[in-house]
Amino acid sequence: MEGNGLLGSHSFSVIFPGVRLSAITAIIYGPSRGVSSHVNIVRRKGCCLIESNPSPHGGRGALPSEGGSPSDLLFLAGGGVPTVVSNHQKDEASDGSVGGCGRNCLRACCVNRARLPLYVCKKVEDSGEKAREPPVAFLESLVLGEWEDRYQRGLFRYDLTACVTKVIPGKYGFIAQLNEGRHLKRPTEFRVDKVLQSFDGSKFNFTKVSQEELLFQFEAGEDSEARFFPCMPLVAENSPSVVAINVSPIEYGHVLLIPRVLDCLPQRMDHKSMLLALHMASESKNPYFRVGYNSLGAFATINHLHFQAYYLAMPFPLEKASSKEMMITTDNGVKISELLSYPMRGLLFEGGNSMQDLSDTVSDACVCLQNNNVPFNVLISDCGRRIFLMPQCYAEKQALGEVSPEVFESQVNPAVWEISGHMVLKRKEDYEGATEEKACRLLSDASLSEERFKEVNALIFEAIVNQEEELEGTKVHQQKTSSSVNQRSNRSHGGPGTECLVLQ
Amino acid sequence: MSITQSSASLFSTTEEKEGTFNARYSLWIKEALDELPHSFTITDPFISGHPIVFASPGFLKMTGYSREEVIGRNGRAFQGPKTNRRSIMEIREAIREERPVQVSILNYRKSGSPFWMLFHMIPVFGNDDGRVIHFVAVQVPISGQKMRNGSGCSEMVFGSCRREVCLGSFVHQERALPVECDEQELENWEHCEASESEKLKSAEAVGSVLSVLTRYSEFAGRLVCGKRNCLRGADCLSSSLVISLGRIKQSFVLTNPCLPDMPIVYASDAFLTLTGYKRHEVLGQNCRFLSGVDTDSSVLYEMKECILKGQPCTVQILNYSNRKDKSTFWNLLHISPVRNASGKTAYFVGVQMEASCKDIESKELRPETRQLSVVGAVRVAVRSSFMATC
Repeated sequence: MEGNGLLGSHSFSVIFPGVRLSAITAIIYGPSRGVSSHVNIVRRKGCCLIESNPSPHGGRGALPSEGGSPSDLLFLAGGGVPTVVSNHQKDEASDGSVGGCGRNCLRACCVNRARLPLYVCKKVEDSGEKAREPPVAFLESLVLGEWEDRYQRGLFRYDLTACVTKVIPGKYGFIAQLNEGRHLKRPTEFRVDKVLQSFDGSKFNFTKVSQEELLFQFEAGEDSEARFFPCMPLVAENSPSVVAINVSPIEYGHVLLIPRVLDCLPQRMDHKSMLLALHMASESKNPYFRVGYNSLGAFATINHLHFQAYYLAMPFPLEKASSKEMMITTDNGVKISELLSYPMRGLLFEGGNSMQDLSDTVSDACVCLQNNNVPFNVLISDCGRRIFLMPQCYAEKQALGEVSPEVFESQVNPAVWEISGHMVLKRKEDYEGATEEKACRLLSDASLSEERFKEVNALIFEAIVNQEEELEGTKVHQQKTSSSVNQRSNRSHGGPGTECLVLQ
Repeated sequence: MSITQSSASLFSTTEEKEGTFNARYSLWIKEALDELPHSFTITDPFISGHPIVFASPGFLKMTGYSREEVIGRNGRAFQGPKTNRRSIMEIREAIREERPVQVSILNYRKSGSPFWMLFHMIPVFGNDDGRVIHFVAVQVPISGQKMRNGSGCSEMVFGSCRREVCLGSFVHQERALPVECDEQELENWEHCEASESEKLKSAEAVGSVLSVLTRYSEFAGRLVCGKRNCLRGADCLSSSLVISLGRIKQSFVLTNPCLPDMPIVYASDAFLTLTGYKRHEVLGQNCRFLSGVDTDSSVLYEMKECILKGQPCTVQILNYSNRKDKSTFWNLLHISPVRNASGKTAYFVGVQMEASCKDIESKELRPETRQLSVVGAVRVAVRSSFMATC
């Protein structure tokens, strides 16, 4: 975002001769294009006056061809309604053209032109709030400021603040939003029965987004202080991570965190990326800014590694759920609990001697689920202090036709936000008729059964314990053998609700 | 442990913060409250940061702080690394929803030692306008006779961690903890249930404090009460919205286009510093008091057009301050409509930036981005504060 403020101490009419002020909807201190052309662009896009709720922008061309047979049960024909997260997602695939695609993307053709602010977060964690009243923190100003800039420039497909929202009466407090513009009516682009799938450059990915959709670069730093650089080029050798807007936002500030965007990683959790996501939640210093993750098979829409985040100044029902600590003691201080009295089964990770410890334990759990082909969603909440891990099986049920009918009809897919309790509904009748019972039904349909949940937990705990032992280099053969035996027998006999692992 | 407030804050001393408290009630209110034996604090959501404006001697004794160290701090200051996050969230949500809450929570004294207490908080409403004037929070220490962890105590016995084995034996014997209990243990408890008598104590304390406040507010002619007796007026913002807005340190105002002459309904501390006015002088007024003889009227006209069309705009306008030197300043003003959860425009936000003071430092966020971030923060606050909660 280059460019200086153009209004020094000059009077307004001097800078904009002949232009009526009422024609200017916003003054953009943006990149190198001349101010007058910006005025025109802004006027054409004419943002913020929305009559319908909301009026979507026009489409942008034919869909790219998809692989696989449409009759294959594994593709969700009609049931899944994915969203467009970038304005060029629906464009014809134009890969292979190196000579400048004209769209200012991130591929070899245009990446050299990219200049973005860079925010490097501090390494040392905040040792607690103490007495300090945080000012609107730096990262928060950056996210909010850049987002508002794109919002006023009309880069979003609709005005989400015009989308009516309410809290559904009941004990959980589910949040329902009527949003007719968010979803597209077309099947998902890839198979939903495999959590791990290789990156496919021919499909849409985040190197194809226009640079104007990028807000800033975000990195985990090594210093005791955060650093900010207003304008830095994107250097491929540094494996930069970026934050981009989601052009179909659920709420204000809806962004995508794309770790190491140029490395083209598939949607697959890894330790470094999880830590980066935690940093973003933590640096926002705002418990109402959550970061979420959907694995493939749990309604990720794009197979290019990314997290989502947005602001909502209310608690999610998931965050209010009570929990019971599980009898697994970890050496790094991470506390693992299982959720109680929530329509969907899941785990809560918190504590840890450091953010890295918490991050690593959750990553171990995610990697285990991935390796066992269990789809899952992750909600990072409370500035990164509480992380919810929710394994699910909705896609499988959907393919087998086992989903409750009215849940299926409303075409709401249980991705991380829905699972957290924020339901985005595309039809007015769904919104008017939204009840807590329906929301609970969606979540319980997505939930693993009690038995399957126990099995999955056992896998997770084993993975966490093994990781710790590897890290510490301790050899505890005897104990490990006996605990594995216990696990196996518990599994076959449907043993006690919680596993009991003894660690050295 | 000093309070970090921006220099724009008008309440930089203990006396000034307490002053707003005194202004609401009649004379001798503090002396009357000081006579109560209980530990309690009173906070003001309308001051940026939602700080404590009164702390009882019982509270100071329990926590080990002096009055100066406590006044002006947010209640968060007494929480620490092992304080249960969900309990913190329960309190935050009760404040946001303007309702009472009673939750046991781990706090920390000045010495750093932890202690469990029953935290019982209630909102105090203005009788005539129905808005929250203060929150009263009572703290009752919990002796810890009953310790609860999930569904049963016996589970605590398993586990290799030596700490937990120790605790397990306490629990099995169902005895009250000895006075010299290792305080480190307290931090590891997931929960500490208050006894019935402790809960009764907290209710009594709340009642006592409330009756003193009621009596002294009546003397002052502006009654407060424990229940909301009338719906909050259209020009009154909810305390939760005010708390959210109070986090924004830049100069800005909210105006209400649905009220006649579109008056200011909120003004940030930074706005008051920039313009030199007092809050009571600007609330309820249209922004035109900032314009004067040399302000370009065509710019004003164009601004009005944008407002009528519901479009954001940025203008540079000459404003007249009420500062000591009565100086004028060039105001880079950004105006935008802000919708609430029903999708309708509820307010306009105006963000002021003194044009001569722009930071040209290369290390900083661009001033334009900072200005827009205020708009964004206001949008988030307004959208969420209007959602009906059950």
